[in-house]
Amino acid sequence: MIYREAGQFKTSYKQDSAIFPILQDRIAIYFYLFVAFIVIPLFGSDFFINSMMIPFLIFALAAIGLNVLTGYTGQISLGTGAFMGVGAYSCYKLVTIFPDTNVVLLVLASGLFSAGIGMIFGLPSLRIKGFYLVVTTLAAQFFLEWAFIRIPWLYNYNDSGAIEVPQREAFGLIVTGPSATPEVRYLVVLSVVVLITWVASNLVHGRIGRSWMMIRDMDIAAELIGVRPLYAKLSAFAVSSYIAGVAGAMMVFFWLGAAEVESFDVNHSFVILFMVILGGLGSLVGSFLGAAFIWMLPIVIRAVPGMTGININASTVEQINFMIIGALIIFFLIIEPHGLARLWAIAKQKLRIWPFPH
Amino acid sequence: MEILYNIFADPFVQMAAAPDFLLQVLWEGFVTGTLYSLIALGFVLIFKASGVFNFAQGIMVVFAALSLVGLYEAGVPAYLALVLALAIMAGLAIGVERLVLRHMVNQPDIILFMATIGLSYFLIGAGELIFGGETKSMITEQLGLPTGSTVLDVAGGIVILQHIDVAAAIIAGLLVAGLAFFFNKTRIGRALRAVADDHQAALSVGISLNQIWAVVWFAAGIVALATGIMWGARSDVSFALQIVALKALPVLILGGFTSIPGAIIGGLIIGMGEKLFEVYWGGLMGGGVEGWFAYVLALIFLLFRPQGLFGEKLIERI
Repeated sequence: MIYREAGQFKTSYKQDSAIFPILQDRIAIYFYLFVAFIVIPLFGSDFFINSMMIPFLIFALAAIGLNVLTGYTGQISLGTGAFMGVGAYSCYKLVTIFPDTNVVLLVLASGLFSAGIGMIFGLPSLRIKGFYLVVTTLAAQFFLEWAFIRIPWLYNYNDSGAIEVPQREAFGLIVTGPSATPEVRYLVVLSVVVLITWVASNLVHGRIGRSWMMIRDMDIAAELIGVRPLYAKLSAFAVSSYIAGVAGAMMVFFWLGAAEVESFDVNHSFVILFMVILGGLGSLVGSFLGAAFIWMLPIVIRAVPGMTGININASTVEQINFMIIGALIIFFLIIEPHGLARLWAIAKQKLRIWPFPH
Repeated sequence: MEILYNIFADPFVQMAAAPDFLLQVLWEGFVTGTLYSLIALGFVLIFKASGVFNFAQGIMVVFAALSLVGLYEAGVPAYLALVLALAIMAGLAIGVERLVLRHMVNQPDIILFMATIGLSYFLIGAGELIFGGETKSMITEQLGLPTGSTVLDVAGGIVILQHIDVAAAIIAGLLVAGLAFFFNKTRIGRALRAVADDHQAALSVGISLNQIWAVVWFAAGIVALATGIMWGARSDVSFALQIVALKALPVLILGGFTSIPGAIIGGLIIGMGEKLFEVYWGGLMGGGVEGWFAYVLALIFLLFRPQGLFGEKLIERI
């Protein structure tokens, strides 16, 4: 009843090509932003912000990065974990080299390094397609993991081999290190995620995004009508790795506080691929939905035995968790292979024509 | 010059100086390669028959080996446990066909691929829940597999052959011969090849796709059990094998996704290549290069032959 676009006329091209053409959608977006920026920091508990919202946002950002590559350009990648690692390690080096610079800027800059590495490992994609490309991205994953261990310069030659986040201030607040409050870290992460999502949204709706999608739909046809595969594919790898790198840097600096190679292993790449596929390939909303689903579900499942009073040990819960996630992935792929984003779109469509379904 | 010498000359000097050590390294590589080949073989079987890239093959290996060991630990005699483990793999094959594949006909490849990743998550959880997450040792002796070792005098030195490795190579050979026979001479084997060639044409002459899928997943399950036993006998049965199983991917790249001889040769090239590289060149780079050598080799390979060593050349049309 309320969700209806009747009477909303588009009178200019600008309105016609708006990302949220329906007034109610715009209101909803402002509402979500209001909740995210004001309500959650004011009323959310430390646990909620620290273990649910911050990782959710970071994984959603990484999922957006992978979605640019896999969902929009059609190049499957299993190297996201390693590209996140490149972002994290280069941010760590940048913070060491420029201790006085605003750390948020350094986080954004560290993505450039992973973009460079991503382009190098994206080069084979010009000749290789499909599952063959998976192997080249796995080469990136395992080679970079090895490099993170074997090049001690990356972790400043410390004995533990881990990178530890030093305390840094930005905008007059402590934003990294152990004494930064969850609220501050949350707001920094949220701002970066909103900013990058906005940029990514403009990219995928613009000329460059269309060339990516043409490559995805049929690369030879795209080439024939004038899309240069070299530029399109490498720019997709660059943007994707940039976003993944920023997500990785934020993961270490604003969430974990310290990280080793294991934080960027191949399982991470898989988890993020899950988020993208479950959320919906080629959908930014889907990246958020997928990240929320994959990250929140285990937390909910872990909480269930405590609430119902059943006493089972933690490892059993963890194993059941694995089984449920595996089963749910298959279940969702069967009922809706286009992911949660499609379910979201269907729900919106139904809402528009409710209560008269025809 | 020093570094050029270290890369291009020194390893070969070392090889020539100690031929027995070289042989030992090659043998180790050969055995590892056999196991890679076996994992890759499981992939190829399923890919050929259903076009599904079965990511869960690695975890199926672990699951099969765990069922075998778990049943034995529960007091079942070793050979009966072997039969029961086979029955479990058959049940798994039928279950996968009924609950997963049957509902996903005509979906794009990537969706099927994701479903097998979901399946592998499910199997990891189920395996740990039923058999426990800790590392187990394989019941090598109880299954009548040899355990000792033979010392051979070759080229002025010695080469040590573990009997279990010899057995692994022989069993792998038998398995491949058996599969070749099954594919070429039996009725179901011919039906499998028909399905691999063209799903619709196969359906139109009355071949049941569902039955074929169950059969081929069971065949992959048998290969998984054999791989699990061999791998378990060499190291231990643990979930770490899942990461090792990813090495089947570069093997498949070298061999091509649809070629059984390709899988074997690819596995041997990767296995021997990575051992040689680790032993003779790894030291220059700080060691531990075994983890990525296979992938980088496959990557370089792909740049020159994008369809793999034995893959068919793809012709693309609009």
